[in-house]
Amino acid sequence: MFKVQQTIGSVLCCKCGVPMPPNAANMCVNCLRSEVDITEGLQKSIQIFYCPECGCYLQPPKTWIKAQWESRDLLSFCIKRLKNLNKVRLKNAEFVWTEPHSKRIKVKLTVQAEVLNGAVLEQSYPVEYTVRDNLCESCSRFQANPDQWVASVQLRQHVSHRRSFFYLEQLILRHDAASRAVRIKQVHQGIDFFFGNKRHADSFVDFLSKVVPIEYRQDKQLVSHDVKSSLYNYKYTYSVKICPICREDLIFLPSKVAIGLGNLGPLVVCTKVSDNITLLDPRTLRCAFLDASQYWRSGFRSALTSRQLVKYSVFYVEPPVGETTVGGQKYALSYVQIARESDTGNLFCVQTHLGHILKTGDQALGYDIYGANVNDDEMEKYRLHGRLPEAILIKKCYDKERERKKGKPRAFTTKKLPMEMDESRGGRGVDPGKMENEYEEFLRDLEENPELRFNISLYKNKDYQESDETASMTDGEGAPTVPIEELLAELELSEEGEGDGEDDMDE
Amino acid sequence: MGDMMAGLQFENNCEVGVFSKLTNAYCLVAIGGSENFYSAFESELADVIPIVKTSLGGTRIIGRLCAGNKNGLLVPHTTTDQELQHLRNSLPDQVVVQRIEERLSALGNCIACNDHVALAHTDLDKETEEIIADVLGVEVFRQTIAGNILVGSYCALSNRGGIVHPHTSVEDLDELSTLLQVPLVAGTVNRGSEVIGAGMTVNDWTAFCGSDTTATELSVIDSIFKLREAQPSSIVDEMRKSLIDTYV
Repeated sequence: MFKVQQTIGSVLCCKCGVPMPPNAANMCVNCLRSEVDITEGLQKSIQIFYCPECGCYLQPPKTWIKAQWESRDLLSFCIKRLKNLNKVRLKNAEFVWTEPHSKRIKVKLTVQAEVLNGAVLEQSYPVEYTVRDNLCESCSRFQANPDQWVASVQLRQHVSHRRSFFYLEQLILRHDAASRAVRIKQVHQGIDFFFGNKRHADSFVDFLSKVVPIEYRQDKQLVSHDVKSSLYNYKYTYSVKICPICREDLIFLPSKVAIGLGNLGPLVVCTKVSDNITLLDPRTLRCAFLDASQYWRSGFRSALTSRQLVKYSVFYVEPPVGETTVGGQKYALSYVQIARESDTGNLFCVQTHLGHILKTGDQALGYDIYGANVNDDEMEKYRLHGRLPEAILIKKCYDKERERKKGKPRAFTTKKLPMEMDESRGGRGVDPGKMENEYEEFLRDLEENPELRFNISLYKNKDYQESDETASMTDGEGAPTVPIEELLAELELSEEGEGDGEDDMDE
Repeated sequence: MGDMMAGLQFENNCEVGVFSKLTNAYCLVAIGGSENFYSAFESELADVIPIVKTSLGGTRIIGRLCAGNKNGLLVPHTTTDQELQHLRNSLPDQVVVQRIEERLSALGNCIACNDHVALAHTDLDKETEEIIADVLGVEVFRQTIAGNILVGSYCALSNRGGIVHPHTSVEDLDELSTLLQVPLVAGTVNRGSEVIGAGMTVNDWTAFCGSDTTATELSVIDSIFKLREAQPSSIVDEMRKSLIDTYV
């Protein structure tokens, strides 16, 4: 269809007479602006409260919102605080620079509103926010008494070593479970965690129950009591006990438990502790699982722990008679001839489940049942009947290979939780030298067992050079180490930008 | 002496064209309201043309209901017989007062006319168009102004010029100007109001505008209707005007 070209003519602004294209109000923009102020009735200055400790802004009545200076969060917070802004349409908002110490925030808002006969006018105007310092409740409570905690979790394991706690520490770091703890304190045979909130403590105990078998009880103590409104202020304490059975422990099962597990040979080795305990009978290669509630029903303790491991030399290994794979771990049953390092004259021929990794001339660590003095009547009865093996081998010993690497740094490092040491208990506190040794053993454990590393973050050691390692690897088998693909690079925030991100290749 | 009265209000309303109708031969004013409105017209027009106070169909919005020029006056079918009689009695004899049966009864909004040519609403009946041509002695054109069909509301017309809706495009303006044979301008009245026909009323030598009209608008009205040089005269004769001296 043929359409005639329409050229918009120009009229004179009815106020000032300047020619302009016609609009709904027939006034030029300046006259319209002078005529109508759409920002009338809108708030131009307002007070906001800021907590200097935690960097939060108050949204009354009680919420504190964390926001950075001149960030988008702060902008949306500022706009939300303005009343009456729904009468006009907000087109644009931006910060105007103010000196941070001036305690003023200036925001320039551009609004649109309809005036007169439908003409839409756009106007921008500044809003000034006066920032007043006001400590938020949690910060003020913290200031008043920095040791203030509402809930605490007292984690204990009644064994003589701290291996479980090292492992647990790494797990906690990996899953960030203790990020909300106010304080962490190391005590004899345990760790105390303090939280500012009962919910945080609850979730932490939940996390623990998923990774180790625990039993806990919860108690509360009245701190204060508001009679008029019947508000009670409590301090909650969770008493958490980790089961004392650890990896590589030798356990003599009480008869009830053994029968309950299908007549599992009364002498078992604990191979893995997660939220279940895995027990392996080294003679039949049968595995059984006990979960926390099952364990705590009987509450048996280990007969021999890893402290009592003895070095054995392996003289002869027969080919394996049976193989099995349990939980990803391979075991092979075979007969070996071994003798204790300290007493090489005395040869024993025993069954072992390590047939797949032992070879003649190896060293192994195991429990010397022949020479042990165990405080257990039932076990003594078995010994009298001659049904106890002389020794049970637990793992291969890599000490010779480690000699070569002595003094050289490891390929990986681990992070630590910010723990306080318990100095106060005079003598019963932890001995730093002993801790070092135990930690060294823990790291060796990590190197030898890939399944332990599964849930842990290990970081590349910056001081470690790969060339040293490969040079010495030429002769024979080296000690087991953590393959470099499993290590995470630490996040370095430097001037040039971020360092390599995580190259995590977990199995 | 040509003049323009600004600052008129009918009961605090600036829409002068709604409550009055001004032509070269007579002036109609609504009843009710204060005498100030009436006396404003009187002071300008008393000796020259008759000023008639009336209502149409019992309403005061007479400016928008009737359409007329020096030759005749058309009133809607809602006009009562008494009003018709009153009009016939008060107006000069050469003015033919005719009541027409038309569905669109607001004739002031539908018809814009001067003494020679008229613009009509596009949906007006054929008969009505003929009556207009007959009674008013004009040539009728069906037109729209800036896309609006209510031509009577959006333009104010006299024999010397006219103002139309401000959003009229340049091409439309040219076309209308050619049809009407008078200069036209797009403008506003009463502080930017687009309804010009309702905001002011005009004849060849006087114009009356509402109190909200700004100085700019007044100057535009002044220039387009050529009011500065105009004079009142009982005989609207173009040729004779040029021979008469103007005096302040």
